[in-house]
Amino acid sequence: MNTNDKLIVGGHEFNSRFILGSGKYSLNLIESAVRDAGAEIITLAVRRANTRDQENIIDYIPKGVTLLPNTSGARDASEAVRIARLARELGCGDFVKIEIMRDTKYLLPDNAETVKATEILANEGFVVMPYMYPDLNTARDLVSAGAAAVMPLASPIGSNKGLATRDFIEILINEIELPIIVDAGIGRPSQACEAMEMGAAAIMANTALATAGNLPLMASAFRQAIEAGRSAYLSGLGRVLERGGSSSDPLTGFLRD
Amino acid sequence: MVKINGREESVDCMTVAEYLKGTAYDTRRIAFERNGDIVPKSAYDNTVLENGDVIEIVSFVGGG
Repeated sequence: MNTNDKLIVGGHEFNSRFILGSGKYSLNLIESAVRDAGAEIITLAVRRANTRDQENIIDYIPKGVTLLPNTSGARDASEAVRIARLARELGCGDFVKIEIMRDTKYLLPDNAETVKATEILANEGFVVMPYMYPDLNTARDLVSAGAAAVMPLASPIGSNKGLATRDFIEILINEIELPIIVDAGIGRPSQACEAMEMGAAAIMANTALATAGNLPLMASAFRQAIEAGRSAYLSGLGRVLERGGSSSDPLTGFLRD
Repeated sequence: MVKINGREESVDCMTVAEYLKGTAYDTRRIAFERNGDIVPKSAYDNTVLENGDVIEIVSFVGGG
């Protein structure tokens, strides 16, 4: 791995390009998931508190890992802002992943409200990472609003359906200067690798791991796929021929006259 | 009555600090919101709960 190749979000540097979710699996698996994923950022949600007799996820996350609270549950910008402020009050930094949904069937993000919340929270000093439907105009608005990264969905949250929005994410990668982090729907390491080959800055995954047969092993598979895709992108992919073939062997010196 | 995380409780006139002392919340792990505004930990001692207040007490959980 090229150690000079950093992911930079809001002025913070990361070596890992794998953002790990922490939902839908045992707290006891978090440490090995983080380790085997090589993750330096982990997402969390904010909910009504449990009392002391129940365990707190913070105690299970290895030190030094950056916490990225999300605003899940928010239905509009004002609810997202409220959740973000509560997350910051919990005392774990200024990062926030904005997630605003009105639709409960497909769980698609509300781009317009997401832009509004991004502007408010960026002005309050948050490192804002908005989850969005991959639309170039919205992405440009998010840049203007002060986002630190843009997080387009690959397919509906939790679906494991892969890069359904591939061509539109590629447009964002080509046109937007901020890191484009593919979030939601990535189900397999090969899909993560494809997004990274395309030039995505990082991958966020949760359900692909939480629903895998062996979570730490799948975390490791994703790490390798993301690193492979990144190296391929940095290398520059080989060209594709329009038609015909091209031998890799010398076209002279055959054993015949 | 004060509505705390969706449940009515008769804790009117208690400070936030007094209320939390009688609960099993781990104060290092929670954020406290009163009528939509955050009550910082430094204000727990002198913030008094009033009849009709709506309180949310939150913490981090696993999520994507």
